[in-house]
Amino acid sequence: MSTPVPRSGGTGRGLLVAAIPYLWLLAFFLAPFVIVLRIALSDAATDQPPYAPHFPGFGQLGEFLSALDLENFRLLGDDPLYWQSYLSSLRIAGLTTLIALAIGYPLAHAMALAPKRWQGILLVLVILPFWTSFLIRVYAWIGILRPDGLLDMALMGIGLTSEPLRLLNTDAAVLIGMVYSYLPFMVLPLFSTLQKLDGTLLEAASDLGATPLTTFLTVTLPLSIPGILAGSALVFIPAIGEFVIPDLLGGSDTLMVGKVLWNEFFSNRDWPLASAVAIVLLVVLVLPLMLLQRARGQGEGGVR
Amino acid sequence: MRRFGAFHLAALVAGFAFLYLPIVALVAYSFNASRLVTVWGGFSTHWYGALLSNQPLLDAAWLTIRVALVSATLATVLGTLAALALARYRIFTGRTLFSGMVMAPLVMPEVITGLSLLLLFVAGDVERGYWTVVIAHATFSLGFACIVVQARLAGFDRSLEEAARDLGATPAETFRTVTLPLIWPAVAAAWMLAFTLSLDDLVIASFTTGPGATTLPMRLYSAIRLGVTPEINAACTIMIAAVAVAVIGASLLMKRDALAGR
Repeated sequence: MSTPVPRSGGTGRGLLVAAIPYLWLLAFFLAPFVIVLRIALSDAATDQPPYAPHFPGFGQLGEFLSALDLENFRLLGDDPLYWQSYLSSLRIAGLTTLIALAIGYPLAHAMALAPKRWQGILLVLVILPFWTSFLIRVYAWIGILRPDGLLDMALMGIGLTSEPLRLLNTDAAVLIGMVYSYLPFMVLPLFSTLQKLDGTLLEAASDLGATPLTTFLTVTLPLSIPGILAGSALVFIPAIGEFVIPDLLGGSDTLMVGKVLWNEFFSNRDWPLASAVAIVLLVVLVLPLMLLQRARGQGEGGVR
Repeated sequence: MRRFGAFHLAALVAGFAFLYLPIVALVAYSFNASRLVTVWGGFSTHWYGALLSNQPLLDAAWLTIRVALVSATLATVLGTLAALALARYRIFTGRTLFSGMVMAPLVMPEVITGLSLLLLFVAGDVERGYWTVVIAHATFSLGFACIVVQARLAGFDRSLEEAARDLGATPAETFRTVTLPLIWPAVAAAWMLAFTLSLDDLVIASFTTGPGATTLPMRLYSAIRLGVTPEINAACTIMIAAVAVAVIGASLLMKRDALAGR
């Protein structure tokens, strides 16, 4: 299984099977990145839209290379707006991950303990919101969080608060929207780890006199670490670059990289700077991506 | 020890209430007779009628469906080929680059995918519109389609293919009569996933579209920025209903298929 069976004509056909998606990805995935990098290293003045970025012929290559500079990256470092937006993205994504873990763990744990015949339905119920539009789910929260919205009506109705909370357009609203949107990504890997947990280990712990809490802390929790890592990475990574949620639920002071990139691009029309923002965002993502890769490896190792 | 207790029931109820109450509220208020979102003015289907006469919205919906149909088909074909290549040919030149490129869109922030594809289209002097959005959507959902098919291929009994080859079938015949029928549920699921991803996408479409090609999420987004109206609730409710019917239908189909196959 580890090497292709050499069959007459098989290699050529195999080449074709791989070549079509390979070429597609080279053209529409890799090439665009080269262009982003190229534009991030150019001056705002020469590549301002709507003009197409000019690519040099081979003859002008030297001239072209000397025109590249790091000006855009220097600007990212000098203007506090940019590095603050990266920090703020990391902070919001981190908090989102922690809250999603706090809500998702009990949910996944309960799902894994639920009777087998419920589990299929429960799993569908977790996945179903993921199939409904992202935009719709964010919009639903605008109706809830807006002043005199459903949350205010409910809280004031039962007399818990006497005036509107004014949650919409704050960082808290962004957090609520993020946790809500990404919760399924946390629950699914946790559920699959917890479901595979060996019940006899828990019985052994309790036979040896451990309280349910001790059993949880010393057996269940350590064994579910691959699920925790995978779920956290799956929430944290998309949360960092998120645009829709901070834009619709956040306020004007909510800083996030996705929003900054969007504004640089659509409002300020500074394509080179937007490209530089994108490159740095990719660099920021490298570490959590490596963590995800490791969690995947551990998860697979645990099955065997 | 592994008993399902009151605490677990509470966790389930609270978790699912959090997941579903916002959607329930959104659907409920689409039937509100009052334009004021905070006042319940009685049951009405007025806003659904209003949607039918909103021509720009209908045009956007039709465009979105056309984009999704074509891009999902492209993504499924490419993703299935990629999955076959990765599962069958363990060693080939550039395999690491290939699998990296297939999987990267899964974790790539949408703003980066959108920006980079737009810059490619500008550099190539391509007129932006329907086809650029289709290409962009096919590219980013290809990886999702590939993962779904790969999962199916992992549990695939290759001796069936070998039997077909031994009995004299050409590779093409083997693929058509043995491989494809066996991986079909995964291919269908991959298509569904790619279709929904395309329907749902706002960010990548906003970057790669051109004048005259405004998708439904783009229309909804600009409407939402202006405020909450029952009309948007009605549009959202229709989309939720369509997705729910499709997902439940697909899972029933797959269950039947699984029962018939075993």
